[in-house]
Amino acid sequence: MANKIINFLSFCGLTWFIPFVRLCAGENPKDQVRDIITVIGIPIIAILIFLGFWSFTAAQIKTSLGNLPGPVAVMESGRTLMDEHAAERTKEQAFYERQEQRNAKKLAKNPGAEVKIRKYTGKPTYIDQIGTSLFTVFTGFLIASLIAVPIGVICGLNKYVMTAFNPLIQIFKPVSPLAWLPIVTMVVSALYTTTDGWFEKSFITSAITVALCSLWPSLINTALGVASIDKDYINVAKVLKLGFFEKIFKIVLPASLPYIFTGLRISLGVGWMVLIAAEMLAQNPGLGKFVWDEFQNGSSHSLARILVAVFTIGLIGFMLDRIMVVFQKFVSFGQDVVSA
Amino acid sequence: MKPPMLEIVNLKKVYPTKKGPFVVLENFNLKVDDGEFIAVIGHSGCGKSTALMMIAGLNDISDGNIAVNSREIDGAGPDRAVVFQSPSLFPWMTTLENVMLGVNRVYPHGTKKQREDICKYYLNKVGLGSALNKKAVDLSNGMKQRVGIARAFALKPRVLLLDEPFGMLDSLTRAELQDVLLEVWNKEKITAIMVTHDVDEALYLSDRVVMMTSGPYAKVGDVLHVPFERPRTRHNVNDDPRYYDCRGHLLDFLNGHDKDKTPEGLASDDDSKTATDSKNSNKSGPKSSHRSSHAQKELKYV
Repeated sequence: MANKIINFLSFCGLTWFIPFVRLCAGENPKDQVRDIITVIGIPIIAILIFLGFWSFTAAQIKTSLGNLPGPVAVMESGRTLMDEHAAERTKEQAFYERQEQRNAKKLAKNPGAEVKIRKYTGKPTYIDQIGTSLFTVFTGFLIASLIAVPIGVICGLNKYVMTAFNPLIQIFKPVSPLAWLPIVTMVVSALYTTTDGWFEKSFITSAITVALCSLWPSLINTALGVASIDKDYINVAKVLKLGFFEKIFKIVLPASLPYIFTGLRISLGVGWMVLIAAEMLAQNPGLGKFVWDEFQNGSSHSLARILVAVFTIGLIGFMLDRIMVVFQKFVSFGQDVVSA
Repeated sequence: MKPPMLEIVNLKKVYPTKKGPFVVLENFNLKVDDGEFIAVIGHSGCGKSTALMMIAGLNDISDGNIAVNSREIDGAGPDRAVVFQSPSLFPWMTTLENVMLGVNRVYPHGTKKQREDICKYYLNKVGLGSALNKKAVDLSNGMKQRVGIARAFALKPRVLLLDEPFGMLDSLTRAELQDVLLEVWNKEKITAIMVTHDVDEALYLSDRVVMMTSGPYAKVGDVLHVPFERPRTRHNVNDDPRYYDCRGHLLDFLNGHDKDKTPEGLASDDDSKTATDSKNSNKSGPKSSHRSSHAQKELKYV
């Protein structure tokens, strides 16, 4: 039992909890306590030192919006944001209840009456904005993967295609999202002209910008993975005279999955980083827009609220990375994959 | 008389290098009858694996011809199944799926049940009947190579090509797998060519041992007919009075063609020349007493 939990935890990369499980299972407590001190104590001390340093320095820096907020102010802002979210949700619920009652009354008076159901139009809360950001980054990431993996496979299989694509990859790879954004905005405006569309233009612009910036690591890693498949696998495919698609789906893709997932993991990280900038400029109602609006707002709470966003972005980025690590381990069939 | 199952005529392999073309093989000739088991031995780098891969169609032919069943080969194909040195199973598939992959290609018209039965039959033969649904990644190296053998036989190839199939295994497992291979082969009698380093393995398994000269310009240096009757057991073969003569013959040849010659190797250089020269006149007969005593001497340090 304990072993199973430990295996699961190390599979997920949650190695910090392993000593606790061991302790609960009654393994030599002295060793476990020492382990706990090293894997948890040291990071906690480091974080405490960082917090102390931060609150000391922040107090020294005076900006036009007041003092740079310290950890306590940021914590409070975070709580305020959650409270605002809760308040907004209560208001929304109240609105729908009122609407339902009104409609019920109307129907009771006259069963044939036309009932209007309106959507609540309150401003998005911080949690809504996080949701929008996640949805946008996954859309962009999905677009990037759908483009990058097939092209990467073809590049990896054929060195002439690789030679053809290589200069383009090298040139576009280092381009900043800020450079793409105006072009993407104009192209989206020109092409996406339906007014009753499902998506906001700002959403599409942000997602495509994320895709453009994040597809390169996936593409390069897929090509590398496919090109470095065990020669014997390809030989087996040749001996068995497998068809093109059978070869791709049964051999090439499974064999290069560890590499592909390494690429996807880097891509998702890049995408999340790019997203904030894209949302700022494209005014997509996510975390990027939140930061920008707070900055423009310029109240005495703005800096603390922006810092809350900074930590949120960091934590979500970290969680996304962990999720990708789990996938990566899941497809590597016991082969060792770097998981730093 | 039946035409040979495999005919190799004046096979040549040239690799371009910075210093100009490097000829690995030249004038390599071999005829293999239907149902014959051939072992190819020679020093590392002499081009024996290259030759095997050319027969498999996995390596381009620079010059010469290879014909299987009187038909010139064209690329790789399931009529020439290969057991590779590394088992090269697909780790994301189960044992059964690994074998099925090939069987699906060879029997496209059979029902799924029929194809599965073929796979199970051969997997049972190699002793893996109880590991059908194990993922290949969880198998030991020896078990993986058993699957490799089952996969090759299940294709019902005309020629079975074995590229040092047991080279990566420890000696106990190797002996086990030699027995497995021999047992399945006794049933099927598929024409087989096996590249090996191991003199005893060659004698135990094959009907003829082809000795290759050291490269460059490697070719068939000598051929030894292995006289032991089939079916063989390790015991019978090892106890056969002719065993040490045969073994000595092979070791003599290998010593004569050793590139990094020891003093003894240098001394035996002349012997090996006579061995090469004598191949046309006397291929299989027992060698002179001088040679046997020499072989005994060799045994001490080989």
